[in-house]
Amino acid sequence: MDTDEATAAPHASVDGTGPLLDVRDVAVHFPIRRGLILDRTIGHVYAVDGVSLRIHRGETYGLVGESGCGKSTLGRAILRLEKPTFGEVWFDGRDIAPLKGEELRTMRRRFQMVFQDPMSSLDPRQSVEGMLMEGLKAHGLSRGPEADRARLRELVEQVGLPAAALRRYPHEFSGGQRQRIGIARALCVEPDLIVADEPVSALDVSVQAQVLNLLGRLQDELGLTYLVIAHDLAVVRHVSDRVGVMYLGGLVEEAPSQALYDEPLHPYTRALLSAIPVPDPELEDRRERILLTGDLPSPAAPPPGCRFHTRCPWRQPERCDTERPELRVVEGTVGGHRVACHYAEQIRSGTLQPHKVEPAVAEDVLGPGAVPDQPGSVTEILGR
Amino acid sequence: MTTTWAQRRKERIDDLAGGRSLTSEAMRRLRRDPVAIVGAVIVGLFVVIAVFAPLLAPHGAAESFPELQADLRPGNIPGAQEGFPLGGDQLGRDFLSRMILASQQTLLVGVLATLIGLAIGIVIGTLAGAFGGWIDTVLMRVTDVLLAIPSLLLAISVAALAASPSQTTVIIAVAIVGVPIFARLLRGSMLSQRNSDHVVAATALGVKRPAVVLRHMLPNAIGPVIVQATLTLATAILDAAALSFLGLGDADPGRAEWGLMLAQAQTYLDVRPALAFYPAFAIIVVALGFTLLGESLREALDPKGRR
Amino acid sequence: MTAPRPTPTAEPLLQVRDLRVAFRRRGEPDTLAVDGVSFDVAPGQVVGLVGESGCGKSVTSMAIMRLLPRRGVQITGSVKMDGEELLTLSEAKMRERRGRDLSMVFQDPLSSLNPVVPIGLQITEVLRRHRGMDKEKARQAAVDLLDRVGIPDPRRRVTAYPHQLSGGMRQRVMIAIALACRPRLLIADEPTTALDVTIQAQILELLKEMVAETGAALIMITHDLGVVAGLCETVNVLYGGRIVERAQRHRLFGTPRHPYTHGLLRSIPRLDAAAGEQLEAIPGSVVDNLPWAHACAFQPRCPRSVDRCVEVTPEAENTGGRLLRCFNPVPASAE
Repeated sequence: MDTDEATAAPHASVDGTGPLLDVRDVAVHFPIRRGLILDRTIGHVYAVDGVSLRIHRGETYGLVGESGCGKSTLGRAILRLEKPTFGEVWFDGRDIAPLKGEELRTMRRRFQMVFQDPMSSLDPRQSVEGMLMEGLKAHGLSRGPEADRARLRELVEQVGLPAAALRRYPHEFSGGQRQRIGIARALCVEPDLIVADEPVSALDVSVQAQVLNLLGRLQDELGLTYLVIAHDLAVVRHVSDRVGVMYLGGLVEEAPSQALYDEPLHPYTRALLSAIPVPDPELEDRRERILLTGDLPSPAAPPPGCRFHTRCPWRQPERCDTERPELRVVEGTVGGHRVACHYAEQIRSGTLQPHKVEPAVAEDVLGPGAVPDQPGSVTEILGR
Repeated sequence: MTTTWAQRRKERIDDLAGGRSLTSEAMRRLRRDPVAIVGAVIVGLFVVIAVFAPLLAPHGAAESFPELQADLRPGNIPGAQEGFPLGGDQLGRDFLSRMILASQQTLLVGVLATLIGLAIGIVIGTLAGAFGGWIDTVLMRVTDVLLAIPSLLLAISVAALAASPSQTTVIIAVAIVGVPIFARLLRGSMLSQRNSDHVVAATALGVKRPAVVLRHMLPNAIGPVIVQATLTLATAILDAAALSFLGLGDADPGRAEWGLMLAQAQTYLDVRPALAFYPAFAIIVVALGFTLLGESLREALDPKGRR
Repeated sequence: MTAPRPTPTAEPLLQVRDLRVAFRRRGEPDTLAVDGVSFDVAPGQVVGLVGESGCGKSVTSMAIMRLLPRRGVQITGSVKMDGEELLTLSEAKMRERRGRDLSMVFQDPLSSLNPVVPIGLQITEVLRRHRGMDKEKARQAAVDLLDRVGIPDPRRRVTAYPHQLSGGMRQRVMIAIALACRPRLLIADEPTTALDVTIQAQILELLKEMVAETGAALIMITHDLGVVAGLCETVNVLYGGRIVERAQRHRLFGTPRHPYTHGLLRSIPRLDAAAGEQLEAIPGSVVDNLPWAHACAFQPRCPRSVDRCVEVTPEAENTGGRLLRCFNPVPASAE
């Protein structure tokens, strides 16, 4: 799935000029096992299936897609919380995909994660102080009790909490405050990259903006690089410089955030954008909605050819069903707008018009009961 | 009125006295639960009696008294009389003293057996739950085999294996019965912890693996096991009593132990049922006490009960 | 997108007056989940109840449906349907009305469908009980209904179990069951929150079509302002168990007057906003609320609060078709 640009470029250099993160053709396949005594592998869930992307220093890259598209798995593969089945993850000039053990552990200081559910991602038995100290100690950043205390106070204040928060336990905070603690934990080891997986979707609407603004402020202050993973395009558009759209394990479109919203080229992106409700009745009444039929096909049995062809209103016979389109730069677009669609130019110029799609019943290669017909997500299939 | 509201809100937010851990929250809930209080009172009383048994018991366990033996003949065992509130037993010993002293044995056997079983179970469960793979498979198959045998039968087999029946074999036998229960339970909750967000978060933070297991997984997984331990304590007491009853415990006839007393009393059931009733009642009450405490502990530790 | 619906005229279909729901717990003060909510639903009208978690929107719907447990819950006020009080109706009579006159669609279709009964049977059950159909007829009607809500291959799907369907399909089945007896009122409690956006769009479209087709009134309960903007004629904004603002949707979104509504609309990232626009966050969280009995609950988080806000409870005032509960509303010209 490499683009010309990606293959031609030399490996990200150590001197800090190349991209901070260079993901090359990464795939994560989970085996589906059945059997009482001997586990037989009866298939694979192709959660991430060949994704390449680059994130530059100080940039915010937004990754959007619906549940089951593999965006979270990709995030975890980048953080090496999941081992990529194949592919390379170059972080600051070093491929971290094959790392393990102590080498990987010390490397973790440089890339951190912010979780979706601020309650479950904090150990209920650990005070905020204990949590942050653990991070400092894990990477030898502890500078004696006096200096540590000052550092912890600085950390919680940085995320907008009073110093008194240090002595408290997660259940004593509100959802928004817990997410601030989660951010403080990610910050305590002074990382370069933060992967935020749905950082606000578990929060109340009125609190989401606080956390989004905080993330923005921290980026300005600390020069962080973000990978923000979310299902909400409005959130992603707001925070990101560039946005990648995922569908069924692959990247289908990537563009500077404004360009993506101004001129979505991939049929899926168009449908996604038009499906998002906007709190403006005037606009809602006027909007032309592209309603997709059917559900996401199972990532255990992705359709051949273009993964989106089963639901695509612009689908053309033959080529879409058989040949998987590569992510390629479309001529005449802004900022390296990349699309994985054979007919991106024709759709853009309007020579191809959408047609009606009959909802397809997803086929079950694994036999009845093995996998729900159209599972919501990878986690659902694997029963984790 | 209004200022107090605003004031109170502000205090709540900046409250310096905050920082109540989950354990202290659970303790607070326990203290307000009547079931827990009843259980705690029973268990507390039992422990106090057992610990101070030599001081509380008016007489020794093996001491025979002429005044109790005077009437002792087939078909009659002397009942309550001056100085002997519960009367004597079949050998003319003070029944009350024997009841009190027996509590010590019961506590010793029950607690020791449960603690040993718990310790081994925790080690096995932690290894299996934290590492998975073949370690998990091997350990779990072994515990499966142990679980398949009815607990009392298992205890009897283990006790019977010993060269000569003794207190130690009873403790070991009862402890082994508990091991697979604790190991299975802990493994299950360790596994669910392994994929939980906060464990992934600790890993992502770069915390070393042993620390993740011991500091994050184990403390969050052990709650149900502790609850199970209090419940197992009740069955351990019953099992130990049953082993003694079957003659697989210490053979010393002078030793006071509720199960043994119950066993010996069966010959005299028609003569003096009280000899069987009191040990049986004591076993049931103590087992009940531990069960009540365990149940309320389970409720107090349940995250759903948190507010 | 929405076809203009006939403007409600005569008697309201549903009349909720001063509804209060208190949860009692041993050894703790009562929690007022709903604290005096009043609103009307006219026949065929689509009404929105919007608010964040804990604002009482779901409890309101459960109280209307009489689905709250009896123990530990105290409900006062009045809920009238066709002039008949629902709160004092006998359990048997209420059961009869539920499903026939008013029905509900929940957020999580998996937990509200019976997992061990095929979906077809779950629909025929309702049809046979409320509409007295025989087995064959009910089966045919179930297939038609499934087809109507957009389930592909409905004849095969009637024998499917809920877990064999995707989230979107399950929600379609829920809607089919809810509308099986052509109720005059449908309550949808966060029906699309658990779904993906593209599926959400499908379900919203389906709901719109279905209420237009059957003429049912709809109470849409959601936290998503975007969802109500395109769907509901009248929108009620709830905060801390009370309605703080109510208006026709164009007016509410065009000129939000309550600081909460106003703040909420400015704090959410919008697709149609200019790039680089800063979000205006509402400070604090719902735990900071004051009790309505003494003050305005929103006061601790409100940028426009005045002295009176912590001294007196603001009453809901109706001016020019807009209900507003605020001493210092956002000026209408500020937008």
